[in-house]
Amino acid sequence: MKTNLRTTLRPVGAFLMRGSTPYFMTIALLAVSTILVYLSPRSIPAFLLFAISASLIYFLKLKKPFQLGMAVLVAVVIVPILGARNIFYLEVIFQIAVFAALALGLNIVVGFSGLLNFGYMAFYAVGAYLWAFFGSQQPFLLHEIPGTAPMGTPFLLAPDWFYLFIFLGVIVVSIVGLILGLPVLRVRGDYLAIITLAFGEIIRQLANNLDKPLNLTNGPQGITPIQRPTMPKGILAWFNSICEKIVGHPVTENQFYNIMFYLIAVLVVVVVILVTARLDDSKIGRAWAAVREDELAATAMGIPANKLKLGAFAVGASFAGAMGVLFAASRTFVSPESFNFLQSVSVLTMVILGGIGSIPGVIIGAAVVVVLNLQILPSFSLFLANLRQSDAVIPIINFHWKDLSNQLDPSKYQRLIFGIILILMMIYRPAGILPAARKKRKLQGSMSAGSSGEAEGAGGPDAAASQGKGADRG
Amino acid sequence: MAELILETRDVVKRFGGLTAVNKVDFSLEKGSICSIIGPNGAGKTTFFNTISGIYKPEEGEIFLEGKRIDRLTPDKITSIHMARTFQNIRLFGGMTVLENIMVGSYTRLRQNAVQAVLRTRAFKEEETRAQAKAEELMAYIGLRGVGNELAGSLPYGVQRRVEIARALASAPRLLLLDEPTAGMNPAETEEATLLFRRLRDELGITILLIEHDMKVVMNISERISVMDYGEKIAEGKPSEIATNPRVIEAYLGRGAAGGGAAAIAANAAGDQAGGQS
Repeated sequence: MKTNLRTTLRPVGAFLMRGSTPYFMTIALLAVSTILVYLSPRSIPAFLLFAISASLIYFLKLKKPFQLGMAVLVAVVIVPILGARNIFYLEVIFQIAVFAALALGLNIVVGFSGLLNFGYMAFYAVGAYLWAFFGSQQPFLLHEIPGTAPMGTPFLLAPDWFYLFIFLGVIVVSIVGLILGLPVLRVRGDYLAIITLAFGEIIRQLANNLDKPLNLTNGPQGITPIQRPTMPKGILAWFNSICEKIVGHPVTENQFYNIMFYLIAVLVVVVVILVTARLDDSKIGRAWAAVREDELAATAMGIPANKLKLGAFAVGASFAGAMGVLFAASRTFVSPESFNFLQSVSVLTMVILGGIGSIPGVIIGAAVVVVLNLQILPSFSLFLANLRQSDAVIPIINFHWKDLSNQLDPSKYQRLIFGIILILMMIYRPAGILPAARKKRKLQGSMSAGSSGEAEGAGGPDAAASQGKGADRG
Repeated sequence: MAELILETRDVVKRFGGLTAVNKVDFSLEKGSICSIIGPNGAGKTTFFNTISGIYKPEEGEIFLEGKRIDRLTPDKITSIHMARTFQNIRLFGGMTVLENIMVGSYTRLRQNAVQAVLRTRAFKEEETRAQAKAEELMAYIGLRGVGNELAGSLPYGVQRRVEIARALASAPRLLLLDEPTAGMNPAETEEATLLFRRLRDELGITILLIEHDMKVVMNISERISVMDYGEKIAEGKPSEIATNPRVIEAYLGRGAAGGGAAAIAANAAGDQAGGQS
């Protein structure tokens, strides 16, 4: 059945890959979906079509400069304009970027080196609190009771320190990652999972309780306001002068901040992807995989397993550190609740759903989870709520929609729905949406390349090809 | 007497109350092919694991080319040119053959994380060299055309070869092979035997084998050490071992010494003839 579907789809795929068709299709789809989103800024199908056509840039067989150009066009021109029109989209894409970076970081630990980590949000929290503390009035409130900041308390640092703190976040959090990684030297498997889970909770509880004796974190109330970096002078006026007509309304400063943070987040994600892909395709990446496959054999082959495992923890954590700083600045507010256990599980879900160990897979996993969380489930809830208020009836069983219980609100069942999706995935596609495939290398004895391509099994040749493409690009 | 590459003095390894390796004195000449034999549970593999750093001996000293190694970790020991294979093949099944072999060259690559991220010229050149080296090894071992296959999907005999290629990638001067022909058919065994000879003759690698196949042992070993109950009970040339009453006793039990000696000797002689044919 499965293979039948695949063989019938093969000519279609071949057609899409041939000659100038993919170029034509990418541009056409992108144009159509952009116009759709532009005309109906609230339509979710239009947005999804846009997301899919944007991802086609990656998946279709195109020349690299074209791909790069299209990606930049989408990321830097189209998305900000569409986002300015409906700021909610920008929020969705911003969150996709943030979670993609987090999922990629966790992927290094879980996917590449095979160490379970249930406390990943702790690293994100440390990054966020780092800027939250230094980028707010908190250093002057150490002896105040939470929530009683005197009027006119100054800020410790100028807002533009934010940029430096992204790098500081990377350094500080990778050190925290090293410290939290120390247990991997002693325990493995399920025990490691439990210990990382505990560490995640410890960090959250520290954030919750470090409001006394010294008020470092402001306790459960969280820290606010946190400074945002200053906007380059005149850039808002410049943006409005060009885009006001297209957007349809003048963009406010707050809205433009969203665009700015979105762009920074995209930049961070690009760096994260590069670092991940390049590390994966080096002796370090091979050693991570070897440790994951068989630690004893890896050490017998000369790999210092402990060093590499700690390294994986540190690198993985550092991405979360950078994103944490960004998160704190973009929200101007952090509280311990943003970093709970369920968030850690969410990120893990993205990794598993997308394809453990696969870079494009993990990004898609992040996108799917965020879109489900922010768009599809809430809009489905809205749809049901509207039905409930109408007089609609399901005909045959004569069920009045207004009798539908309030408890059956889909957005309340997020976790249930994720659970079901995960179970279905484990049954039908256990390696994820885009499974990781080992990189095929060009060999001297050329006959092997063809034969091994044929031998590619359940992973699917398309997935293998795209993964190889990703690795090449790195 | 030639230079020693490996020397152990009074090595003891205990597991709780069980002494798996008991005061073993062992030495290995550079450039030789030697075997360790013994009945099941004699402590051969434990001895290997102790030499290669996977176990730490309770007592005794181990020297590799004059350098004391009994307190070093396995990865350090590999980096000073000793490599090994495992009794039950331990390849990285989810990685390609080429990657498996390139993992073996880990200690020989100078690249670091920063170079890898920046893709410096030195990094790229080293990667190209490492891959070329791996392919060269594959050709040498007779693994053409499987470079991009997942190691776990290959037939048993081929996996054995990949494991040897992986060990060779770490540029060993001493190679420990733990039952390298287990599970091979006679033709494969013969090929493997030839390969071990070539490794020594062409690459100058000293080889220490644990082997059950008497044909292989008698055929290629220059010296044989026999272990039983954790102790080394005999050592010598194949012909001496085949007639050693203690060895026969260990294999066949007390009282079998008379007939058994003849049996082993005959077997060995037959093997030698077989090897030449």
